[in-house]
Amino acid sequence: MTDKLKIGEQEITNRFFTGTGKHSNDSIIPQLVHESGIEVVTVALRRVDLTSPEENILHHIPKGCILLPNTSGARNAEEAVRIARLARACGCGDWIKIEVIRDNKYLLPDNYETAKAAEMLVKEGFVVLPYVSPDLMVAKDLENAGVAAVMPLGAPIGTNRGLQTKEMVRILIDEINLPIIVDAGIGRPSEAAEAMEMGAAAVLANTAVATALDPVNMAKAFSMAVDAGRRAYLSGLGPIKTEAEASSPLTGFLS
Amino acid sequence: MKITVNGEQRNLDQKVSLHEFLEQNKINLNVVVVEHNYHILDREKWKDIALKDGDNLEILQFVGGG
Amino acid sequence: MSFYHTYERMKDFDFKIYWDGLGDADIQRALSKTTINEMDYLTLLSPRASNYLEKIAQKAHRLTIQHFGRTMQLFTPMYLSNFCSNHCVYCSFSARHNYMRKKLTLEQVDVEAKYIAATGLKHILILTGESPKHSPVSYIEDCVKVLKRHFDSISIEIYPMEMEDYNRLVDAGVDGLTVFQEVYNEETYQPLHPRGPKKNYRFRLDTPERGCRAGMRNVNIGALLGLENWRQEAFFTGLHADYLQDNYLDTEISVSIPRIRPNVGGFTPKYDVQDRHLVQVILALRLFMPRCGITLSTRESPDLRDNLVQLGITKMSAGVSTEVGGHTEDSSGTGQFEISDQRSVPEIKEMLLGKGYQPVCKNWEPLDGAAGW
Repeated sequence: MTDKLKIGEQEITNRFFTGTGKHSNDSIIPQLVHESGIEVVTVALRRVDLTSPEENILHHIPKGCILLPNTSGARNAEEAVRIARLARACGCGDWIKIEVIRDNKYLLPDNYETAKAAEMLVKEGFVVLPYVSPDLMVAKDLENAGVAAVMPLGAPIGTNRGLQTKEMVRILIDEINLPIIVDAGIGRPSEAAEAMEMGAAAVLANTAVATALDPVNMAKAFSMAVDAGRRAYLSGLGPIKTEAEASSPLTGFLS
Repeated sequence: MKITVNGEQRNLDQKVSLHEFLEQNKINLNVVVVEHNYHILDREKWKDIALKDGDNLEILQFVGGG
Repeated sequence: MSFYHTYERMKDFDFKIYWDGLGDADIQRALSKTTINEMDYLTLLSPRASNYLEKIAQKAHRLTIQHFGRTMQLFTPMYLSNFCSNHCVYCSFSARHNYMRKKLTLEQVDVEAKYIAATGLKHILILTGESPKHSPVSYIEDCVKVLKRHFDSISIEIYPMEMEDYNRLVDAGVDGLTVFQEVYNEETYQPLHPRGPKKNYRFRLDTPERGCRAGMRNVNIGALLGLENWRQEAFFTGLHADYLQDNYLDTEISVSIPRIRPNVGGFTPKYDVQDRHLVQVILALRLFMPRCGITLSTRESPDLRDNLVQLGITKMSAGVSTEVGGHTEDSSGTGQFEISDQRSVPEIKEMLLGKGYQPVCKNWEPLDGAAGW
């Protein structure tokens, strides 16, 4: 199957993206990436601890992976822009996942600040992937601003509650002419497959993999589920419509 | 002289370049990014910057994240 | 307050440019929304949207069943008088035509009412031409008193009145008002209504609103499709219905979608409204106003009516004669227009049952004492 996901200038085969946070041991990341053929991996940017310089996460990310730095820690558009610029200066490409969170209770994204940051970063030549609550109007604004994809949440970060926002994500898939990547809240491979069957372009999951008893196998399970969902979508499930195609036409008498 | 590094005050006994400061602190030069007085510095410039009193440094690197 | 302000806001709108600028995505967007605004409604009335009729039909069908169930309210019109002082160029009752003018006596009304009621219908729509001289409010009141004995719901389709006259009729037991603007385009309206009280566009336009204020339970409006660009006329009809529904929440608003039919005088309509056009109007309206009643007359052929049952229609006339006393008198008179669906009430019921729809002959009866208990 030559089914590639195009984001910016990159062509991606494996539509399961994973994060590198919450792992009990970062050293399993290379195995996890290799065994599943994962291509896109997210990272965060933090201050170096001068008292005990830790190992850098980049050591564990195999060459050839596309690095997707996030702006986690940003509480407004300005901070997100600042973090994005710093991330790019690390010399690992110009992809950026905008993540602006002011809410420490649910960790829900601030769509308004996210949209502002997206607009600025697109102008600076970033490949922008904003993480948002699924809202059609915001997604349209982001599309007009020139982002590369839209990443709506399935449920609040780290909850493993699945595709709670299904109806809203469906609307984004139907209405936005960009890859829709479901990011956050996906807890099971079946939920990832569900998102892909609907026509999502990719799924990003971190907690569900990192906190599994066997993260390497769980990454593989997700990768396969995403692939299965994608195949199902391409095989004629077609875009899910809000109404069934009736077997008997109502307007046949007109022809 | 006093400088601020990652939000913390540090005393420097002698004049050093940014590059020297990073080496002294055993920082892996290949993986960090440095913001000097809120400007991101290309790594080629690290040797040219002499740290001075009141400077603000942010030294950052990638960590695990989702 | 008047719908005229809404009309003024949109009357110089460049419909052609708007429609020409629409892409498939715009149609799909309008189609995928749960609630649509007036511009989406205009989008669904566009030439481009006609490529999506089946998709729109499926949604209209679903919405109609969701809000009305598989039911069809039946009613029949009863012509009381065809004296008319208007000169509508498209109507058989026009004062220009020489034919036997007729007005029922109260005895004849009673005979006709008995005959119609025997079919089981409990909702009736009474009609007259526009002639306050021959059919004044007092005459309508007297007829309503007779009809109350036979019917549970009486609607009027007569000449526009002042509010106090409507109040009188509501007190007498009228619960529905039907009045068609015929043409919303003010410039087109004038030459089509050259003489008679109907010349007054504004007075007619505000008539449904006066009915709402007078406490009519149901107000039914419409444009006579074919007199002007039907897409624009359907748009204004929808805006009018929406305006009334927004401002008179307790009134049930319905819309009729009459097409101009052959009539005495051989008027040829300016626009040819084809079946698929009529369907598009019904469907777009249903998506715009999911809860609005849509009324279908016997101007349309049996085949077409049968097919429209599932597309959004909620009320149908049955067993119709458009002649004064046409149910029981000699039918040598002149009808207001030629009817196309001649089927009897039992035949219409049978057709509906065959489609899985329940014919509703009686939707309510007033419990306010107006029934004269």
